[in-house]
Amino acid sequence: MGIGLANYLTLAAIVFTIGIAGIILNHKNIIIILMSVELILLAVNINLVAFSTYSGDLTGQAFALFILTVAAAEAAIGLAILVAYYRNRGSIAVEDINSLKG
Amino acid sequence: MQADALFFWILAPLLVVSAFAVIVAKNPVHSVLFLILSFVCAAGLFLLMGAEFLAMILVVVYVGAVAVLFLFVVMLLDVDFARLRQGFVEYLPQGLLIALVVAIELIYVVSGLGRSQQAAAAATPEGMLSNTAALGEVLYTRYFYFFQAAGMILLTAMIGAIVLTLHHKPGVKRQDIGAQVARNPETAVEVRKVRSRAGI
Repeated sequence: MGIGLANYLTLAAIVFTIGIAGIILNHKNIIIILMSVELILLAVNINLVAFSTYSGDLTGQAFALFILTVAAAEAAIGLAILVAYYRNRGSIAVEDINSLKG
Repeated sequence: MQADALFFWILAPLLVVSAFAVIVAKNPVHSVLFLILSFVCAAGLFLLMGAEFLAMILVVVYVGAVAVLFLFVVMLLDVDFARLRQGFVEYLPQGLLIALVVAIELIYVVSGLGRSQQAAAAATPEGMLSNTAALGEVLYTRYFYFFQAAGMILLTAMIGAIVLTLHHKPGVKRQDIGAQVARNPETAVEVRKVRSRAGI
């Protein structure tokens, strides 16, 4: 059985779903939520690279590179906010983060 | 079975299992390590698809930088992770339901798509150019402004992270270069008349 576009897309769909489930199941632990977001972005990257390869167009890989950039920036800023918040409040539980009463 | 199919069926289940372990691991350090494993698997899959540059970037940027950053934060923060896991079982049915709906939608879309393209060539499309060179040709010409914008995003993230986490401890003596440079003979030198055999 040959490996085609459908195999990669299914794999990306499964990883994406695991990321979504991770956000819902670990809704109190913001570090695991950030990791789940990373998994979701990884699934998007797998999709983009698979489409790029099987359509013979490098645009997908260029955009996967940009997504990688944005994901790295997001992780850095998210963790910096986390550290600053922990320094101020001594807790990173999502349910304690309610200063804005949103 | 060809080699690419063999490696796909090794890497893909490993990716799924490690991604699953990320969200169910009790210890966040284990989660980070499984995240690293899933990134390495994804890098292997990128290699299979012919995206060599992205595969190497994934290993260097994610495993080398982002995952280590996660590891540092997890280990530095003294957090009661047992309390954060409360509600995991309570929300299990809803989480699994939403995950199932998303998975069915995605697989429905994918299964209708892949039939005609099974035999598409996986080779580098740009003829003799390697993947990295071809990507550079595209990135520095057609997507030059996107590339610049990505650089600006990284700069913003770097400055933001430094501003958010940097804090000076009070009571530590520091070098103040501005004050040093602003000194002139009037403020730096004090001339006193010393009488003989008296001292100051």
